[in-house]
Amino acid sequence: MIVRKEHRVLVQGITGKQGTFWTQAMQDYGTTVVAGVNPSKAGTTHLEVPVYACAVDAARDIGIDVSVMFIPPMAARAAAIDACEAGVKMIVCLTEHIPAHDVMEMHAAAAANGVRIVGPNTAGLVTPGECFVGIMPAFNAKVFKPGDIGVISRSGSLGTLVSLNLTQSGFGQSAFYGVGGDPMIGTTSRDALEILDADDRTKAIVLCGEIGGSAEESAAEYAATMSKPVVAFIAGKASPPDKKMGHAGAIVSGSSGAYGSKRAALEAAGVAVADVPSQIPVLLKEGLDRKAA
Amino acid sequence: MNFEEYAAKPLLAKAGIAVPDSELAWEGETAWRIAERIGKCVVKAQVPTGKRGKAGGIKLASTPDEAKAHTESIIGMEIDGHLVEKVLIEAQVPFAKELYVAVLNDTASKNPMVLFSSMGGMNVEEVAEQDPDAMRKIPVDISRGLNFDAALSALKGCALDGLEKDVAEVLVRLYQAYRDYDAELLEINPLVLTQDNRVVALDCKLTVDDSAASRQAEIIGQAAPEKMTALEAKAHDAGLKYIDLGGSVGVLANGAGLTMTTMDAVTYYGGTPANFLEIGGEAYTKSRIALTILLENTDIRSLLVNFCGAFARTDVMTEGLVSAWRELAPSIPIFFTIHGTGEDEAVKIVRDQLGLEPFDLMDDAVKAAVNAAAEAA
Repeated sequence: MIVRKEHRVLVQGITGKQGTFWTQAMQDYGTTVVAGVNPSKAGTTHLEVPVYACAVDAARDIGIDVSVMFIPPMAARAAAIDACEAGVKMIVCLTEHIPAHDVMEMHAAAAANGVRIVGPNTAGLVTPGECFVGIMPAFNAKVFKPGDIGVISRSGSLGTLVSLNLTQSGFGQSAFYGVGGDPMIGTTSRDALEILDADDRTKAIVLCGEIGGSAEESAAEYAATMSKPVVAFIAGKASPPDKKMGHAGAIVSGSSGAYGSKRAALEAAGVAVADVPSQIPVLLKEGLDRKAA
Repeated sequence: MNFEEYAAKPLLAKAGIAVPDSELAWEGETAWRIAERIGKCVVKAQVPTGKRGKAGGIKLASTPDEAKAHTESIIGMEIDGHLVEKVLIEAQVPFAKELYVAVLNDTASKNPMVLFSSMGGMNVEEVAEQDPDAMRKIPVDISRGLNFDAALSALKGCALDGLEKDVAEVLVRLYQAYRDYDAELLEINPLVLTQDNRVVALDCKLTVDDSAASRQAEIIGQAAPEKMTALEAKAHDAGLKYIDLGGSVGVLANGAGLTMTTMDAVTYYGGTPANFLEIGGEAYTKSRIALTILLENTDIRSLLVNFCGAFARTDVMTEGLVSAWRELAPSIPIFFTIHGTGEDEAVKIVRDQLGLEPFDLMDDAVKAAVNAAAEAA
């Protein structure tokens, strides 16, 4: 799903420094934040919304569509399971460095409860001009502008750069979908591609990938079936193999996850691949012109 | 974190999986004394790599003198880039059959996966490649775990000399150890069926999730130190990820994706990146220490700073960097491109304190840094 103004958002970890800073930014931008969670501050009010001991308690009083987690790594599993049991539709998990076994348990709880997890290690979702959930500079008018390009990115910083390039070139975004840099994420690049393909406001899509894993190869399979133009950039061509580049996902071992195989899979699916992000707007124009012709 | 055989086996034993009697030796004399106590033994190089046998790092010894001689020849060897400093002296176990068992994180199913082959031993990779059916893949639902009945039924049809139940029990215990120690991979190759009908682990490889270090405090002291250059180690101690890339254009960016992209752009415009160094996420306040690490690399000829702040505030990163830059007064040129959270303040800091104008387009900053490095070379 794409986040909308009418979605009721719960902030887990609302009273912390980052939780406070970003909740305020989300509220100012137009996001409907309805409640927060902090077990030791239950019953109080923070940023004009009620604070609950857990997501399940909050859901008993208020309908919740989306929960966003400002939660440290070791507490993330419990918080995500709480949100699943509260019956939210979607969890946006920003936390990086959650132990992998905990991540697997989070995904199992989400599957059992029919919940979509975005992340872990995502920078969040932005619907420019409407609302955002996460830690993206949605409010920076140089970076985000309402428009008709969907942007998918494993990395928040690269997604910011690409959105900026689009805005600098006169494009705007219908939605930014941060899928997260972890190796085991709830919503893959392919899933996000399907979501944006089904979105009426999105005319073309930019996919920002990275070396490591097989997310781009899998997304390419779906892209081959699409009529909307897709342009991709894959970070990591100049990165040496067998080195972990900070993102747990960005490691190439042997030939799997290497730049060449990702690029080949995307190009075979009819996706134009940019060498540097600044080429993306040019390739998008070409794709849209070709489609209009 | 990788655990060598000598550090991983006691964890298997604790989980209830049989391992041979063994002791660690750092030189020949100790090896001789251990071999005298143990009897016929195997001398095994202790390095965090799987290619010891083929490299000549594992040798049989019938007498203490042989154990001493093998120890002295194996210590000092280099195997797969690792210098051998110690050997494990382990009792020989006569076996009838070699199996392969492992539990790992399967990223595709987002669940654990148990692997089993009745053709274990040194060539298991080749066996699995030539005959995929020889390696059984047993998916496990992490919310249910692996119970004995499921393990036993997964072994159906394997000729295990009547020891099916014992092997199934090993799988259950191995899975539990994998869970208890936050393993990314826990592997026994070979797991042998002995001539006297026991099931014994003759080797063990363990990789523990770095993200779980804080709750694995009891065992992380046993992990093999990571191979790092001096600068990589210094960055690691400061909580930063630095990788030496041998080029001349220094790269400082926030977030792994943006940092890799910046390196790609340097290469695209004809330069060579000197390093990978990112200060994104929680590390965004560390630009000062990051700069000192970058400047210790003597190959660096220009510095390219690419901040694109989402969570990381560019004003905080820039403030720390610029004040350190003024204090250290390096002789190389620096080029900025800054966008995202806090960019107006960040751009002002660069203008006011360094008298420099950040580039609006990343490509222009990259080209300038590449040109400056080329001119200085």
